[in-house]
Amino acid sequence: MSEDNQGILWEVFLQPKPGRPFKHVGSLHAYDKKMAMTSARDLYTRRGEGKGIWLVKSQDIVSSHPEDGEAFFDPSNDKVYRHPTFYSIPDGVKHI
Amino acid sequence: MDDPKKLAEFQEKIDADIKIEPRDWMPEKYRQNLIRQISQHAHSEIIGMQPEKNWLTRAPSIRAKKILMAKIQDEAGHGLYLYCAAETLGVSREQVLNLLHEGKAKYSSVFNYPAITWADMGAIGWLVDGAAIVNQVSLQGTSYGPYSRAMVKICMEESFHQRQGYEVVVSLAKGTPEQKQMAQDALNRWWWPSVMMFGPHDAESAHSNQSLKWKIKRESNDELRQRFIDKTIHQGEILGLTFPDPDLKWNESTGHYDYGKIDWDEFWNVVKGNGPGNKQRLNHNIAAHEDGQWVREAAIAYADKINSKTKTA
Repeated sequence: MSEDNQGILWEVFLQPKPGRPFKHVGSLHAYDKKMAMTSARDLYTRRGEGKGIWLVKSQDIVSSHPEDGEAFFDPSNDKVYRHPTFYSIPDGVKHI
Repeated sequence: MDDPKKLAEFQEKIDADIKIEPRDWMPEKYRQNLIRQISQHAHSEIIGMQPEKNWLTRAPSIRAKKILMAKIQDEAGHGLYLYCAAETLGVSREQVLNLLHEGKAKYSSVFNYPAITWADMGAIGWLVDGAAIVNQVSLQGTSYGPYSRAMVKICMEESFHQRQGYEVVVSLAKGTPEQKQMAQDALNRWWWPSVMMFGPHDAESAHSNQSLKWKIKRESNDELRQRFIDKTIHQGEILGLTFPDPDLKWNESTGHYDYGKIDWDEFWNVVKGNGPGNKQRLNHNIAAHEDGQWVREAAIAYADKINSKTKTA
């Protein structure tokens, strides 16, 4: 069998309708941007799931490491004053 | 050998129903089990297009042709979602396809049976997709994130497959005596292969225990098989069709149907490659892959050209 090349791996993000955030829905293989876009439409929007598509080459994605997850996200753990429930408001005060 | 501390932490996550993601630590056997199961599942979707393709040009109406085309397109999509899920475990698309073409990877044996009449398109949708859906609904809860997400999407799309198949069976069962006989004949041929789709009985299933402990599978082969049988019998009986199992009987005390002995010799014979269509299905898949070689080469050449243009511009 000759050497096989199945193309580059792309990550697909869909916007379900205008104004909504784009969400990761899966991946696909394609050789160039145009082919990736057509495949993304055919693979991920056959039933009107999206009105917008973002494509990113998987190799270009920067992600956090699960193993240093706890330490990495630690700075947000002890700052309860970032949440509205931290503050006490006198009884009877409205619209705040 | 896996680090016992990591292994214990891993099992704790599984027990707490926390999904495992591609870059999380996982036991090597978990990874290998998943690669085997997901790629086998992907191959089944891809090979499963073949019995249906056989009827694309001969479906009895434009409506039926369009529906069949849409179903086949979904199956191609499902194969691709699943190949991508397998790839997140560190295996390449090329490797996965090679294993199939070398005969080292399996796909669902049910697709090695021929689809010889139009009624078979009904029976495949109703019974084969019906059985697949029971399995896939359960797999939505699998512990591996990418596999679980692919299953959710696949289940959403599959729901029309079973209904369209059943519709074909309904229209034949309500047609002329000859048409009804066609539906009955298809049910006779597809019933047992569909029941066998869930794999060996729990006591004989090689991978089951570990898979259940790691929540790769959420329910056992026999539990899923029973669920499929329980929900399907009524759908056939309401059309005046009979199931080719003289021992099939409602059991008041268990609340389930009892069913006859499964011919496991036939099952293993087909798994080992001696079914009516094993050779044809695999050869066709290899031929389609090899015929696509020039397309891949052209696509690579085109991509190179585009890339060099953007660099010089």
